[in-house]
Amino acid sequence: MVFRSLFMMCTVLAAMPALCAAQADVRVEPTHLQGPRALQEQTQSAAVRDYLKAWQTLGTAMDRDDAGLLDQDFVGTARDKLAETVQQQAALGIHTRYQDKSHDIKIVFYSPEGLSLELTDDVQYEVQMLDHDKVQTTQQVHAHYIVVLTPAEVRWRVRVFQALFE
Amino acid sequence: MRAVCACLIGWGMLAAPFAVAQGGSLTLPRTVEAGSAFSVPSSGSGKATLYIVGLGQVLKRDVEMGQAISFPLGTLYSAGHYITVLVKDSSPAESGSFDVIPAAKPADVTFLARPSRLPVGLHGGITGAGYVFDTYRNLITAPTQVTFELSSPKGANQTRTVETRYGAAWTEMDSTPQQGTDKFVARVGDVSSMRIIGQVPGDPCSLKMSARPAGEQIQVQTEPVRDCSGNAVPDGTIVTFTETYDGGESTVDVPLKRGIAEVKMPARPGAKLSVASGVVLGNEIRWEK
Repeated sequence: MVFRSLFMMCTVLAAMPALCAAQADVRVEPTHLQGPRALQEQTQSAAVRDYLKAWQTLGTAMDRDDAGLLDQDFVGTARDKLAETVQQQAALGIHTRYQDKSHDIKIVFYSPEGLSLELTDDVQYEVQMLDHDKVQTTQQVHAHYIVVLTPAEVRWRVRVFQALFE
Repeated sequence: MRAVCACLIGWGMLAAPFAVAQGGSLTLPRTVEAGSAFSVPSSGSGKATLYIVGLGQVLKRDVEMGQAISFPLGTLYSAGHYITVLVKDSSPAESGSFDVIPAAKPADVTFLARPSRLPVGLHGGITGAGYVFDTYRNLITAPTQVTFELSSPKGANQTRTVETRYGAAWTEMDSTPQQGTDKFVARVGDVSSMRIIGQVPGDPCSLKMSARPAGEQIQVQTEPVRDCSGNAVPDGTIVTFTETYDGGESTVDVPLKRGIAEVKMPARPGAKLSVASGVVLGNEIRWEK
């Protein structure tokens, strides 16, 4: 009995690195908002959750060269630009694999009417580029992103998604 | 000479070379302004393939090492971080990276304004937020002055100039004392975006009614109902008349029509008549007849 429990625990622990590898470390810094509108904790959690989900979506869309996947989490300028990139990749026979490793998120602006929320993300990710399924490069990237989210029916969608030069 | 000029136009201040084995190298810029022309000098010889990969764009070029690689105006226009890969036969691929930064000149302001309609004389009742973009729809994150202006048809203006932070600026304005249609404008240089704000009369400031006999009933009628700025309160606003008598009370809700509310109520000697609308109470009349 004890042996069986020990075996199961070892199995779970052995599986953990694989699970952890797929999950990015996320840190959300305390908010120092400009603007008069208070940000409720639930709103912040929902926006961060939906933003992180958007990273998963863009990873899948870029890997599969499927722009349609973007619609669930991106809208407006961000959606158009990412979709254009997917189309360019498909035309060139390229696909890319993005895997976010860590996020350091800070919410910097919540517009007074509640129709947009802006955050910055000090993000580390891995990008692998394949040309006709041949891996050409794998790079670790550390970049600073600025993101504007807007509320949709039941979720926040990314409207602006742009790396900043520092 | 032309290639040198293109480099000066398109490049950032610093450049970081990376080398390709067997005698080839590129000198990449650290930054390129979105949409600008630029060229990348290369050394060595032979053919290679250059990939420029980002979330905003992907480019693939066959290049001849030893010649400058030119990117005409408008080739790379989406701001962001790009990785580069130079692949040459029988050599390991070499990697690098650079950033495309937004163009300096604003071309659009996304303007969010609320509400589209509100009562007159409300302090801080109107809010607006603006995001500034370049011609390629890149968010301009360098601090930029945004001027917000609220103007009424009678010429009353409120103006605020705010510097963007992370590409966003916001302001609050007071609604004006006069009802009407105001223009709310966000302006950056010669680029502007306008929203219309309807300003409607506020709640009634005071209520005054009179009563007169009308056969077996009492005709009660308000004076024209106005807000505290003197604007006529809109028709349809509900005015409540209450008649209180021995152990009983009857209430009638009446919408304003042509600025006044009127109704007939049962005439009961000794009854007390009162009028109210929202949180405003009017005068009382005791009916003795």
